[in-house]
Amino acid sequence: MSNKISETLTFECETGNYHTFCPISCVAWLYQKIEDSFFLVVGTKTCGYFLQNALGVMIFAEPRYAMAELEEGDISAQLNDYEELKRLCLQIKKDRNPSVIIWIGTCTTEIIKMDLEGMAPKLENELNIPIVVARANGLDYAFTQGEDTVLAAMAHRCPEQNILIDKKKKEIQDSNIEDFFSFLSLEKKEETIDKPFIKSNKNPSLVLFGSLPSTVASQLSSESKRQSIQISGWLPAQRYTDLPSLGNQVYVCGVNPFLSRTATTLMRRRKCKLIGAPFPIGPDGTRAWIEKICSVFGIKTEGSEKREEQIWKNLKDYLDLVRGKSVFFMGDNLLEISLARFLIRCGMIVYEIGIPYLDKRYQAAELLFSQNTCKNMSIPMPRIVEKPDNYNQIQRMRELQPDLAITGMAHANPLEARGINTKWSVEFTFAQIHGFTNARDILELVTRPLRRNNNLENLGWNDLIKKEKK
Amino acid sequence: MKLAYWMYAGPAHIGTPRVASSFKNVHAIMHAPLGDDYFNVMRSMLERERDFTPVTASIVDRHVLARGSQEKVVDNITRKDKEERPDLIVLTPTCTSSILQEDLQNFVDRASITSNSDVILADVNHYRVNELQAADRTLEQVVRYYLEKARRQETLDQSITEEPSANIIGIFTLGFHNQHDCRELKRLLQDLNIEINEIIPEGGSVKDIQNLPKAWFNLVPYREVGLMTAIYLEKNFGMPYISVTPMGIVDTAECIRQIQKHMNNLVSNKTFDYESYIDQQTKFVSQAAWFSRSIDCQNLTGKKAVVFGDATHAASITRILAREMGIRVSCTGTYCKHDAEWFKEQVQGFCDETLITDDHTEVGDMIARIEPSAIFGTQMERHIGKRLDIPCGVISSPVHIQNFPLGYRPFLGYEGTNQIADLVYNSFTLGMEDHLLEIFGGHDTKEVITKSLSTDTDLTWNYESQLESNKIPGFVRGKIKRNTEKFARRNDITNITVEIMYAAKEALSA
Repeated sequence: MSNKISETLTFECETGNYHTFCPISCVAWLYQKIEDSFFLVVGTKTCGYFLQNALGVMIFAEPRYAMAELEEGDISAQLNDYEELKRLCLQIKKDRNPSVIIWIGTCTTEIIKMDLEGMAPKLENELNIPIVVARANGLDYAFTQGEDTVLAAMAHRCPEQNILIDKKKKEIQDSNIEDFFSFLSLEKKEETIDKPFIKSNKNPSLVLFGSLPSTVASQLSSESKRQSIQISGWLPAQRYTDLPSLGNQVYVCGVNPFLSRTATTLMRRRKCKLIGAPFPIGPDGTRAWIEKICSVFGIKTEGSEKREEQIWKNLKDYLDLVRGKSVFFMGDNLLEISLARFLIRCGMIVYEIGIPYLDKRYQAAELLFSQNTCKNMSIPMPRIVEKPDNYNQIQRMRELQPDLAITGMAHANPLEARGINTKWSVEFTFAQIHGFTNARDILELVTRPLRRNNNLENLGWNDLIKKEKK
Repeated sequence: MKLAYWMYAGPAHIGTPRVASSFKNVHAIMHAPLGDDYFNVMRSMLERERDFTPVTASIVDRHVLARGSQEKVVDNITRKDKEERPDLIVLTPTCTSSILQEDLQNFVDRASITSNSDVILADVNHYRVNELQAADRTLEQVVRYYLEKARRQETLDQSITEEPSANIIGIFTLGFHNQHDCRELKRLLQDLNIEINEIIPEGGSVKDIQNLPKAWFNLVPYREVGLMTAIYLEKNFGMPYISVTPMGIVDTAECIRQIQKHMNNLVSNKTFDYESYIDQQTKFVSQAAWFSRSIDCQNLTGKKAVVFGDATHAASITRILAREMGIRVSCTGTYCKHDAEWFKEQVQGFCDETLITDDHTEVGDMIARIEPSAIFGTQMERHIGKRLDIPCGVISSPVHIQNFPLGYRPFLGYEGTNQIADLVYNSFTLGMEDHLLEIFGGHDTKEVITKSLSTDTDLTWNYESQLESNKIPGFVRGKIKRNTEKFARRNDITNITVEIMYAAKEALSA
């Protein structure tokens, strides 16, 4: 299959001089997702400054993350890393009492070769609190790949499948005893009632990986419940203590396109079976995603086609706006292929898909699906540019004059001043874009500049830069 | 290692591009890993800049780590030289390049052979200086580079202008209300019949740096950036400089008097006298002097306030509050630790205590202990105030998009005094109004009473859907609940489940 893709798809690779967020930004959404975690970013003032500016208001809300700011003494090894980290982690434990501390390694810890992975287990024993190490640095990764490194590290901490079953049995025994005192524990009783229900899953264990807001996660869960597929767990779960159990009987499936390391770790280290599917972004993607999972479990999907149609019908007003318009993805968060595929299906023309990094194996199903979408819409597959060069892209954009550029915040205002509509790509990372229910939210974002400009169109001030004096 | 949640001053490599990109046609290249070009986002978003920020990164990745940058930095410099034809390229080291210890000077030397632009390496060490210090140094470095170059090429004209003229040094991008201050200073000098010779770095061209010595004197409005340059110009060209910040009525007058003194020293055939101008402006143009006599301001007498910010703004505001408005400044402080001595001297006698720290928790604790009626600080103090229910006026960076107002809001000069008076007064009255409301039990109706849709229905929310609705952020929960119930009623559904919630969302596209 992968051969077939490379035959017809054209991949280009440029210089990698592009703007994106540093991968440590993943703490922003992960600390909110994993409620009992604490993220400690081991880095310099540079990292801290980025976080505090990128996260804006969140920083004031007593976040569960902090910087371990390296000083000159740390760099020149006059201070002992281990002792320093121990001191800080003790303080964190005292102040916040988290269930897990996640160390985020940065460029600096890479360069001075600080052995975070070596220190963590020792300190973990000493402090009696799990310490997970993720190297989310700008030397190796871009933006959302930060989450990938954290989840890959966390995959090692998920309990082994069998052990958990034993535990459950024990719990049930315990609760039987407690049943004698059932007037004391009303809630416990409810749990035991639920348990046989969970046990009666028909499909083998299915664990989804990728951090999504809890409402989106439960939307996807209920979507699969419609097809009578039970999801046995999420990586990450709402709490660190609820990480799903993994093992060679467990099927896993990704919900986001940037999770290739996590996928690899789950397959190679935890022996899970990976379901390679397009990602549930857009109604087309969601249907393809759910159908792929069903086909793996030998379940015939029911009503998914109708459901997709219904969603498309609901989107009609937005589709009228976007049809025939052109888009240029500058590329910075790895969602680009899936979003482009959805927009093509919406009737848009995509000139270029810039993307920081493309794992052709992990995204194989998505790529194939994109190709088919292009075929169905009878437009050529857009060029995919890995590690793009922003300067060159801007030159290309100047020629192509796309109706919409999906770009980082560094270029948005300058492009707008030159009469090119833009949408900040970062918003796609933070908005709810997965599943049938949220398809509208994607188009809400995409059409916002178009709708805004419909209002301003005839005012005669689209081009707002001073003409160069020659 | 230090546990840190927040910092007042950014890292050195923010300061350098702030200076570089303020000049016209100067490009900064950062030797940095992916994602460190966050400066571009700040400039583009906060300043709402229309042009592409002239800062690019020469990316440090795994390959660079393994083999060194080799040709990469040089290539990036020469490439930028061809693409944009800048007058000057400033290679900017970051924390990463500080520890890689590559010979960046060598890259600069090599690149300057082939490129038409001048190329320099910013002389800043990430671990020793912060954003403001780095900006100060970089500005001095650029000025020195061009003056020495002019001297070598013997194009340096050291004669001063016929008419009195001044340079304004230290106005730059992402500075707190710098654009407005610049306009106000220009107006002030114009009123005094002093020509503007050069303004650097904002909007200045490096080609014009050699004209700097033509001015009669230099005006350095902010203590943090520009002072090094002024001292360099004094030492090498005998140019006097004025570093009194013209903020507040008294200090603006003091600044003008110093200008007068320097000008009278320079010429013997003519005397400059600005006293009548000062008098006129103080009494009738600026409203601040009148305001401090008015009964409004009388009500503020003895009220407690806390001030925190960069050295310039915190010191000036402290003196304005204490000296011009009769407000009691319980504590004043700055995060410019490197300038602590100067700061303490400036605020001596105007406050009860001083606090020199860059740890925001210390500042928060101080505020909680003192419980002032109002805070004048940075965005951080504004948030501390929110938590403690104390109003706050923002007087200094670090800043926020709100601190880049479109309207005219200088802090300097006579218009600045008006703006500051408004800011101070509004902060306090808000506080007082709140307080009075508390005493008299609030407004008539504390809550707007509406007939909730769900009170008169037979709809039931099952356990899961209740849980789910609790996950919805508070400010939209009511709306979603209403929409869901509307949908349920329309479809004759009485039991609301999570599925119904989603179905409602899809149907109503809410």
